[in-house]
Amino acid sequence: MTATEATEIPGPAAGPLSAVQVEHLDVSYRVRGKDRLALRDVSFQIGRSESYGLVGESGSGKSTVALALTRYLPRNGRVSAGSIRIAGRDPLAMNPVQLRQLRAQSVSMVYQEPGKALNPSLRVGRQVAEVYEVAGLGKAEALERAEAMLRTVQISDPGNVMQRYPHQLSGGMAQRVVIAMALAAEPELLILDEPTTALDATVEAEVLDLVAGLREELDTSLLFISHNLAVIAKMCDRVGVLYAGELIEEGPARQVFEQPRHPYTMGLLRCIPRLGQRKDHGRLDTIPGFLPPPGHTEGGCIFAPRCPIVEQQCRDAAPPVFDAGPGQTSRCYLHETTGDLPRSTPLDVQLPATPRTAEPAVTIRNLSKTFTAHGHAVHALAGVNLDIERGETLGLVGESGSGKTTLARILLGLTPPDSGSAIEMNGDQLGAELRQRSPAQLKALQIVFQNPDSALNRRHTVRRLISRPLVKLAGLSGAALSEKLTELIRSVRMEPRHLGLRPRQLSGGLKQRVAIARAFGGGPRIVVCDEPTSALDVSVQAAILNLLADLQAKEQVTYLFISHDLGLVRYLSDRIAVLYLGRLMELGPAERVFSGPHHPYTEALLSAVPSLDGQRTQRIRLTGEIPSAANPPSGCVFHTRCPRRLASGICESTEPPLVEVEPGHLMSCHIPIDQLTTLQSYEPMP
Amino acid sequence: MTETLAVPPSVVASRPERRELPVWRLLLSRPAFVTGALILLFWIVCAIFGNEIAPHSPLVQQLLATNQSPSAHHWFGTDQLGRDVLSRVIVGAQTMLVIAPLATLVGTVLGTALGLVLGYLGGVVDLVVSRIVEAVLALPAILVIFLFVVALGVSTLTQILVIGFIFTPLIARTVRSAVQVESQLDYLPAARLLGERPLRMMFVEILPNVMPTVLVEFTIRLGYAIFAVATLAFLGFGVQLSTPNWGTDINANYVVLGAGYWWETLFPALAIASLIIAINLVADAIEQVLAG
Repeated sequence: MTATEATEIPGPAAGPLSAVQVEHLDVSYRVRGKDRLALRDVSFQIGRSESYGLVGESGSGKSTVALALTRYLPRNGRVSAGSIRIAGRDPLAMNPVQLRQLRAQSVSMVYQEPGKALNPSLRVGRQVAEVYEVAGLGKAEALERAEAMLRTVQISDPGNVMQRYPHQLSGGMAQRVVIAMALAAEPELLILDEPTTALDATVEAEVLDLVAGLREELDTSLLFISHNLAVIAKMCDRVGVLYAGELIEEGPARQVFEQPRHPYTMGLLRCIPRLGQRKDHGRLDTIPGFLPPPGHTEGGCIFAPRCPIVEQQCRDAAPPVFDAGPGQTSRCYLHETTGDLPRSTPLDVQLPATPRTAEPAVTIRNLSKTFTAHGHAVHALAGVNLDIERGETLGLVGESGSGKTTLARILLGLTPPDSGSAIEMNGDQLGAELRQRSPAQLKALQIVFQNPDSALNRRHTVRRLISRPLVKLAGLSGAALSEKLTELIRSVRMEPRHLGLRPRQLSGGLKQRVAIARAFGGGPRIVVCDEPTSALDVSVQAAILNLLADLQAKEQVTYLFISHDLGLVRYLSDRIAVLYLGRLMELGPAERVFSGPHHPYTEALLSAVPSLDGQRTQRIRLTGEIPSAANPPSGCVFHTRCPRRLASGICESTEPPLVEVEPGHLMSCHIPIDQLTTLQSYEPMP
Repeated sequence: MTETLAVPPSVVASRPERRELPVWRLLLSRPAFVTGALILLFWIVCAIFGNEIAPHSPLVQQLLATNQSPSAHHWFGTDQLGRDVLSRVIVGAQTMLVIAPLATLVGTVLGTALGLVLGYLGGVVDLVVSRIVEAVLALPAILVIFLFVVALGVSTLTQILVIGFIFTPLIARTVRSAVQVESQLDYLPAARLLGERPLRMMFVEILPNVMPTVLVEFTIRLGYAIFAVATLAFLGFGVQLSTPNWGTDINANYVVLGAGYWWETLFPALAIASLIIAINLVADAIEQVLAG
């Protein structure tokens, strides 16, 4: 990519210049004797050293595109129409030898789970060197080149890493190795299929930076597949939006995200909490309805059943591809009016303010938890003090391994804390174990888990799942029970006819609604939401978040909201607690924590998150992985990764106390607040 | 319902729920299952209506027609006492299909209960009992059964109980590991938060989810039980009833194999083999359908 090109609007490169050329591609899967179209009339091009993004929700056919390009479709899948050219050659017409050559030299793939992409029984060095040996190099030279390639992907001690087995690497490190292997053959096309979805935000940022850097260094085209619009916006020149197997919109990434020309893209963007949006102000929009099942055959526009501006012509015939701006195309008759798309959910709703009182609902004092693993003591939580105020939403953030979930489990009584810890609710001590808690205390605390597939007993019907809390906790029976059951199922926007179904008959969003209904059935005071939407698609996520906000206003409950997605936390939370290695780093009102001055760790977390609202001008990066809780660093536990570590050495020697730097805003850092304000003043946040 | 609701209920309800094919339909679409089930059905019919179906009496001795090779009159020939082998094979299904399923049922019920308790409680109880279970498993099952039957005396009830008890730790071990897989799932802490008691956790929450494992284990063990019953009878410790017994018949007749009277041994042996194969076909199909 040259400097001049960056200012031009990148358009599809023509004919022989393009690395990938896909025309009118249909892919179908044979399921139970019937061919079902998974991709329909998909055409796109990727220019040389261009980065092309494919976005879409689950079931949209993103991965099928990647599989078709490399001819890795499963046995029941086939390309039923259209053509593919990779660097001018047709993979569909290749014999096994040519195909092997294509995969070895021209196209590489990086998948979501780095752990599954590496052979667990071979040393890393062996696996990377193999790519060079296939290319015809000798053993010694291959190892040498492998080491150089690992250095290229910014592995600081490649000699050491080459001697290790994949299970000895962290997720981020393993993904670097996979990327090194993919790039070793110097492919013309690198396909990345959700490469950072399984990684922590800080690690994701590092890997994305690495890929962006390598792209400039090596002359490789990228096909970047992700469900995360912000990641695509950050990484790609051009983007294609897939919906139910059709490429409904395409164009330069920035242009598509700023001026979408298809109602679906517009809807998707409105589902994501943007800067300044909060649950009581600027509510998320939703996309009503569901993705059509694969192989649906109705005529007309594929999005018509869910489209808020649908017209008769949309139902009559499928729209052709319209030119919708420089380099931008849209499959929508009404592409000129999508800017004023009516909302499915009103922007402002009157949420009755939850009364907040000074008296905290829960006081947590000196909470510690030590696990024993392989004879080592692992301090998952170390002396956390925290008040949860009545009626608030307290957001709990931190990387994996920071102790978020442990804190929630102890609060719920599922895991007993170390002795010396104290949790009080309404002035009464909470028992360490569930059986030591009174029925009222049991009733007061409930949880919505991350994954409804795991959280709902798959052999029980919806009726049984949500009537249990009504019977056990609310003590209902007979007519009162069935009346309340109907009210409860309706309160999560489901209908009584869903009561007879089992979880596997429901979509992911409906399952999570059932889990929410169960949590609310007993009339809880505090509900822990542990990543309640991370297993769901963007459009479903918005509906669930709105539901949670409505229920909170209606039932006046307190939320402990755990998430790795800072955008969500900001949207929903009143206050935010930041955990690192089982210690509270920062605690304060959501706006203060986000706008700063904030703890350097919070700063790093925030700058790691790709955003649709443009990237921050200056970013601080965390290097390396979160240290082991079995052997936490001395002094301030964050000093090993802290980019603002003080030269005096105090960070290494003394643990900073958690002090109130402003009213209601607590921080654990040696750097004086005034100095932090100056350091972080490079970008005023709205 | 309050006025604050922003999304009309119909919005989330427009998708047709996924239909599930019932398990029996899936089973019937598998040729292996149908084959196994037909053979099994044949033997069940023999066990119930054996005396009506059999062309001759299985007990009447024709001392003038001993060791006759298969013919139109005696399809499977006659044995050393001149009894019709076909009739003995048909009626012999009865002994087998009473003892083996009951013994397996005893083992499955006890084993499932034990496995649920061990898997759910874990800890010291699990550690101690699991070691004992492993100790029992280290002994050759047939030898242990043999010893107990000798010590307790031969009767239908002893055979059922002894085989059932021997199967208990085997089934418990399988069920225990299935329960441990379930223990990783969040529906268990969710149920605990509703104040559910341990017994309900085990038998209402977990048991339905490990039932596929239990069912597969039952069918596999049934095959072994038939083998055990036949072996005991062959060793001379079969139940001495008036009804014929395949294992006993093999035992009584294999000595004359050398004289060329192969039919007297082959047909009872084929009966045992076909029954075990049928059960394994059914077990495999059930396992695959429940796993898929």
